[in-house]
This record gives sequence, C-alpha cells and structure tokens, in this order.
Amino acid sequence: MILQVCTKVCLFIIILFSVHSFFAGHYEPGGGFIGGLMTSGALVLLLIAYDMKTLKNILPIDFKYLIAVGLLFAVGTAAASLFFNVPFLTHAFGDVQIPILGETALHTATLFDLGVYLVVIGVTMTIIQTIGEDE
Amino acid sequence: MTEISHSIIILFIIIGAFLNLAAAYGVVRLPDVYTRNHAASKATTLGVVFLLLATFLFFYIEMNLFQSRLILTIVFIFLTSPVSGHLINRAAYNSGVKLWDKSVRDDLDVTKKEAGT
Repeated sequence: MILQVCTKVCLFIIILFSVHSFFAGHYEPGGGFIGGLMTSGALVLLLIAYDMKTLKNILPIDFKYLIAVGLLFAVGTAAASLFFNVPFLTHAFGDVQIPILGETALHTATLFDLGVYLVVIGVTMTIIQTIGEDE
Repeated sequence: MTEISHSIIILFIIIGAFLNLAAAYGVVRLPDVYTRNHAASKATTLGVVFLLLATFLFFYIEMNLFQSRLILTIVFIFLTSPVSGHLINRAAYNSGVKLWDKSVRDDLDVTKKEAGT
C-alpha cells in the first residue's frame, strides 16, 4: 500500500527527469540512453508496485514494436540525408516554425536520439517482461 | 555575507557527514535488524539531505547556479528512503526474523494471531 502510493508520486518525478535528461543531452550530460534507461526504470517501478496487467492497461504497447520504431527513426534520419546529396548520417540544423511553439532551433540529431531512446526502453522492458512472465 | 554563507555551508556539510557517521555507527552497534534499519534509514536520510542542501547553497551562492535537480533529489530522497526502510523491515518481519531478546512489545504479533497464520 505504501509502496503503491509512493510509486504514484515518484513515477512522475522519474519520468519528468528522464525526459529532461533526454532533451538536455545536447548541452549537458544525459541523452537518449540514460533517458531511456530511466524511463524504463520508472516502468519497472510500476511493475514492482503493481503487476504486469496494470502496466499493460496503462501502456498497451508491445515493446518489441518500440524497438522497431526506434531503429526506424535512427535509420530514417540517417537515410534522409541521402536525399539532399550529402553523405549518410549527415545531420541538419535549422530554425523551424512550429505552429504552437513559434520559432525553435531544431537539430536532426534529436531524432536520432529519439530512436536510441525508444530502442533502449523497448529492449529493457522486453528483457524484464519476458523474464517476469516466465514461470 | 560570504563569510556567513561559508560558515553555514561548512556547518551543513559537517552536520551531514556526522549524521552519516552516526548512522554507520548505529548499524554496527545496534542489536537486531529492526533497530539497525531504524538507524540506517532515518539518520542517513537527514545526513544526505543536509549534504545536498550544502551543495545546493554552495553552487547558488558561489557560482550563482540554481541547481533545481538538487532540490528534486532532496524531495525524492525524503520520499523514497523511509518507504524503502519500511519495506525492508516488513520483508524481514514476514520472513520471520526474530526481534531482540529484550524487546517488550510486538504489535504485529497480535494481528498475526488474529489472522490465524
């Protein structure tokens, strides 16, 4: 009971911090790997405090697909540079007009990092779920 | 100004280090799992919080950096450390670790007998 209430509070702090360290990865220590590990750590905390069913109710995702989507992001950003006649994995940088946020400086390395993030979450959760379900 | 702030920071670091030392001493000296856990989970929480507070004040006053993650860490440690102490003690009790010989009162024992286990 205490663990479950504490999990409810802690989960948001952990996920917030993981998202922060994911986005701060360009200028500070952090990045896709640590952010992904921390997010999956939060999900594992949910898994410990509740059970497998609760996690599946909250996040009805097959984590194996998450690996595929992450790899697609990474290969996609790498291959997109081929269309602009530059070598593979060349990243672009620019100020983009986004409807809500206004002018934002974006870098395609973030998309690559998003791929890493998704793959790390997918791999960790797949490992833990397959070990946990095994009886 | 800096002298006062320096002495406050030094005081906080000394208090934090002393509390951690006291916790370690308590873990060595106390007789059973529950009292040891009591020492470890209470004193180290406050000790670590004092050290983090000193770090926060140092960075804020000396370098004018507002490190919000240190405050977040303080909140997080205050939140999680007692819960972990509680869970460890509960696990120890449920797996049948004996209390110290001289302990007088065991409230959980009554509820255990009422539950018929």
